[in-house]
Amino acid sequence: MTSFTKPIIRRKNEPTNELGLVRADYDGAMSTLCAGCGHDAVTASMARAFFELSIEPHRAVKVSGIGCSSKTTAYFLRESHGINTVHGRMPSVATGAIAANHELTYIGVSGDGDSLSIGLGQFVHAMRRNVNMLYMLENNGVYGLTKGQFSAAADMGSTAKKGAINELPPIDPVALALSVGATFVARGFSGDREQLVPLIKAGLKHKGFGLIDVISPCVSFNDHKGSTKSYEHTYKYYNPAVHADYVPPSKQIKAAYDAGDVMPIELHDGGQITLRKLENGYDPRDRAAAVHKLFESGQSQEIVTGLLYINEDHKDMHEMARMDDRPLNAIPYSELNPGAAKLKEIQKSFR
Amino acid sequence: MSANKQNQRVNDFTIKVGNVNGTGSASANALLMKIIFRMGVPVVGKNIFPSNIQGLPTWYEIRVTEKGYRGRSGDIDLMVAMNPESYKRDLAELSPGGILLYDDTWPRPHFLTRSDITVIGVPLARMCNAAFKVARSRILMKNVAYVGAVAALLDLDLDIINTLLREMFASKPKLVDLNLQAIALGYDYAKENYADVSRLKVEARNLTSGKVMMDGNTTAGLGCVYGGATFGAWYPITPSTSLMDAFVKYCKMLRINEETGKHKYCITQAEDELAAAGMIIGAAWNGARCFTPTSGPGISLMSEFIGFAYYAEIPMVLFDIQRTGPSTGMPTRTQQCDIQLCATASHGDTKHILLFPADPSECFDMAVGALDLAERFQTPVFVLSDIDIGMNDWMIDELTWDDDYVPDRGKILSPEDLAGMEKFHRYLDTDGDYIPYRTLPGTDPKGAYFTRGSGHNKYGGYTEDGAEYKEVVDRLAMKWASAAEKLPAPIVHKAKKPTKNGIISLGSCDGAVLEARDKLGADGVYLNYMRVRGFPFSRAVEDFIAAHDQVFVIEQNRDAQLLGLLVTEINAPRDKLVPILHYSGEPLDYKFVRTALSESLQARRSA
Repeated sequence: MTSFTKPIIRRKNEPTNELGLVRADYDGAMSTLCAGCGHDAVTASMARAFFELSIEPHRAVKVSGIGCSSKTTAYFLRESHGINTVHGRMPSVATGAIAANHELTYIGVSGDGDSLSIGLGQFVHAMRRNVNMLYMLENNGVYGLTKGQFSAAADMGSTAKKGAINELPPIDPVALALSVGATFVARGFSGDREQLVPLIKAGLKHKGFGLIDVISPCVSFNDHKGSTKSYEHTYKYYNPAVHADYVPPSKQIKAAYDAGDVMPIELHDGGQITLRKLENGYDPRDRAAAVHKLFESGQSQEIVTGLLYINEDHKDMHEMARMDDRPLNAIPYSELNPGAAKLKEIQKSFR
Repeated sequence: MSANKQNQRVNDFTIKVGNVNGTGSASANALLMKIIFRMGVPVVGKNIFPSNIQGLPTWYEIRVTEKGYRGRSGDIDLMVAMNPESYKRDLAELSPGGILLYDDTWPRPHFLTRSDITVIGVPLARMCNAAFKVARSRILMKNVAYVGAVAALLDLDLDIINTLLREMFASKPKLVDLNLQAIALGYDYAKENYADVSRLKVEARNLTSGKVMMDGNTTAGLGCVYGGATFGAWYPITPSTSLMDAFVKYCKMLRINEETGKHKYCITQAEDELAAAGMIIGAAWNGARCFTPTSGPGISLMSEFIGFAYYAEIPMVLFDIQRTGPSTGMPTRTQQCDIQLCATASHGDTKHILLFPADPSECFDMAVGALDLAERFQTPVFVLSDIDIGMNDWMIDELTWDDDYVPDRGKILSPEDLAGMEKFHRYLDTDGDYIPYRTLPGTDPKGAYFTRGSGHNKYGGYTEDGAEYKEVVDRLAMKWASAAEKLPAPIVHKAKKPTKNGIISLGSCDGAVLEARDKLGADGVYLNYMRVRGFPFSRAVEDFIAAHDQVFVIEQNRDAQLLGLLVTEINAPRDKLVPILHYSGEPLDYKFVRTALSESLQARRSA
């Protein structure tokens, strides 16, 4: 079978966003993933985040690699351009696309196989360049499309469906991101939409590379006893440490939080991310503290989630390259062509 | 030893300098070549250098050719042997009657073993050690001093040397005097001791006006600027690096807003060639003109992405500055060994558009042309240059530009176009020219579509249906074939007399082939010659083969790659095609071609 068109159903009195669009306007094709797949919940959260941010669908761009997670770019934002690239290489395509037009909102969707094995190099280098995009890493610790091999995110001691024990240490995308200069680093869980939607909104509005590592259990190959990426295990050790909300520029005055609980972080678009700390003394602007928290929680198997690190001050790729304010693809050729007289002049040094 | 006037060889000989790399020899040799060029006499320069930064043997050949031939002569008439490590080889390579100049600060009596040459010793090190204090200057100036000695032997124009050095060191006037002093050391010594030894002479002519000396990587980089490329991604690899260097240089010169300091370009040094390919695919998909320069190993790495761009129909411009393979091969030696690799790069059924420039001038034109073709046909386009073209300075006609040029952005729908359409389908051939329309992200909700390298039907939807799949890949094959007559046409040189013998060649073989043909023509052997400039081959190539009894296919690789494509792609009769293959890694010389053609013709006649 090939692909299904999702029926567009209009309901009465559906809430609309600032553009007058309803949530269903942010849907895509019907998912062909397994029933109960964590990825479908993430897809719904992404669609909701775009809806709530009132982003025009055609001003968004979806990029992905290969794998179950990468397929999901077809399942939301049907009025956005999407590009399903080759395995592990989405970051480079995103980098080129963003270089050509920095004015659109870019969301990359990848998985632990796509990002942490074949695509580890590109993943790391996109973070180093601080490419302005939100990178969703739907992490289930397993290769789904090839039926159940361990991924590089599988924890030591975690078992495969048929009982094999993983003895290799995992690559933690969050720890990796912190070490190579990502400027927005978060972890979420497909099962906690209340936390995930605001995180995605904040990540989309952050200027620079945003990573959300989303624990997204695989119901077919990694949801059994002994797996550390199952629903049961994730719920058991789940710790939403820091809650983030995005507050748009127009709403700022109305936002009222108790001063002691909330840490506002100013964004480049004039909006704010407000962080509600669920633990005392944790400051997500402190990279060393984030690393410490991560390794400390890892020892107790605790899955620490939320916005773990943010740095709004670092230049993004566009700024580092000192690029024109206009997108490169919008600069008229008349401004790019030096002309015949100039060519003659240049060649004087070659005589 | 004296050479009288009748014996002189004026403006037709080859100088070779054997040196140690990293000693400043490159600039000394460039100076020597420029002097002759400025005297109005055509020159050919070939740098034969090691894959190394300092300490290994390196050679530079300068052919002085009043007739303006563009290949190597195959002879060495004056050898400047500056590297004791390569003395033996350099001595053996010198043609009979030639002159060997060496630094006799340390005398080498074994040079006297050849009675058919003249050996000249100049105490370069001794003189420079006496004249210069700083150790580094002593090494550098030794090279400038041999330029002085050669200038004396060949009667080079001292005023021109003076002017050139002033131009070269305009910002460092102190160096002018230093260099002039070194020139004088060599010049005076040679005049005093070897006044009448050399029968090789350069006489001023007026044959280089309107010409420039440029390398193909510089012109290709410049072509990308003129063609309107705004994005370039690359991973450093010999010998393509200087192409991006040139793009950077001219973007900095021409594309920075003086008031704001903002750049109208973006250049990204990728983490590897895979990423470089992905980046230009992303940028092109998003509507920016872009390119990546690389060499064979890079193409191998990029192949998966090349197939993606082919199937998803995304413009992609790749410069392959070919070097010898396989594997790492000889990274600083030239070949035309990636023809078949590029023709079908990537898994599955893929065919690509290739352009074959023969000199830096065509590199400029084809850079612009490749940007147009890639967007017109929405597919990867390869410019197959090589080390010889890319990194050697060639004498070419000054580049010109047509101010009326408008980039061909291909079939892109605007929001206005979309407004008039009921529905947009990405891969539908609505015009019957095999090229579908595309839309750019961010412009209009109606234009949204999903780009995929997985099976898709003509509407752009995912498919695993055999008939739907075939419909798209069949159109892709037709689209590729339809490019044949849109590429630069082959260039045909007809022999003076009708002949059934033909030559097909390409790229940097051109100079040597033309000259070999000239020489054979003088002996009454006639051959028509076609230089192909693009793949898929135009109809004219098929006609050319049909019009001849035998066609010699001359190329620089072991496996007759061009010949292979002629057989598989246009069904050329295999027994008509005779391969002439040169793959030592050194640029082709006409003697090789002439000998191979003569022997082959003779063998066929007597067979």
